[in-house]
Amino acid sequence: MTPQLFRSMLLVLGASVIGSFGAVFLKFGSAKITRNPLSFLNPQLGVGVTLYLGSSVFYFLAIRGGQLSILYPLVSLGYIWTLLWARLFFKESLTRQKFVGLGLILIGVVLVGMGAK
Amino acid sequence: MSAIAASHLREAAAARRQSILLVFLCTLSGAAGQILGKIGMTHFTPNLFAIVTNVPLIGGYSLYGLNTLLMVLALRKGELSMLYPIIALTYVWVTLLSYTLLGEPPNLFKNCGIAMIVIGVAVLGSGGKAKV
Repeated sequence: MTPQLFRSMLLVLGASVIGSFGAVFLKFGSAKITRNPLSFLNPQLGVGVTLYLGSSVFYFLAIRGGQLSILYPLVSLGYIWTLLWARLFFKESLTRQKFVGLGLILIGVVLVGMGAK
Repeated sequence: MSAIAASHLREAAAARRQSILLVFLCTLSGAAGQILGKIGMTHFTPNLFAIVTNVPLIGGYSLYGLNTLLMVLALRKGELSMLYPIIALTYVWVTLLSYTLLGEPPNLFKNCGIAMIVIGVAVLGSGGKAKV
C-alpha cells in the first residue's frame, strides 16, 4: 500500500464518521424548524451543515488521488455509522427491511467502485 | 380501528412519502452538483476572478446548498435510518450522467452496482408497516 493510498483511506474513513454525525445534527436541528424562516438558524443545524459539508471536503481530497475501488467501500461505512446513531440517538427501530435495503445498497456501492478506475 | 388511529396512520404514510420524495430530489441535486463540479474543475485556475466566473463550479456549489436544505426538510418528518441510505441513489445518477454527458464508458460492474442500489432503495422505500 502506498502512503498516498493510506492517507486517502484515512481521509475517507474520517469523512464517513464526520458525515454520519452531520446527518445526526441535521436531524436534531430539523426538529426545531417552524414556519418562521429564522428557525433555520439554530445551533444544531449550524453544526450539522458544517459537518455535512466538511465531510465532503475530506471526501473530495481523498478521491482526488484515485483508487475508487478501494475508497468507495469505505465511503459506504458512513451508512453503517448512521444506522447505529439512528438507533442510539433517535431510538429508531432497525427492521429487517432496513437491513436488507442497506445490504443491497452497500453491495451496489462496492460494485460501482470496482467499475471505476 | 378507531377513526383517530386510522387518520394517524394516513398522516404517517403521507409524511413518509413526502420525506422520501424530498430525499429523492436531494439525490438529483447532489448528482447534478457533482457533475457540474467535475466539469468546473477541468478548467479550474487558482485565480479569484477565474473561480467566481467559473459558472459550472459555482452552480455545483449552489446545488450542494440546495441538497443540504432538501436533506434537512426530509429529515424533519422521516427516519434517519431509512432516509440516509437512499442518498446512495446519487451514485446511480452520477454514473448515468457520466455515461451520457462525460462520455465515460459503461461497464458491467457499474451497471450491476447501480441496479443493486436501485433495488436496495426500492426495498427501503417500499410501504412496510407504518407505526402509529
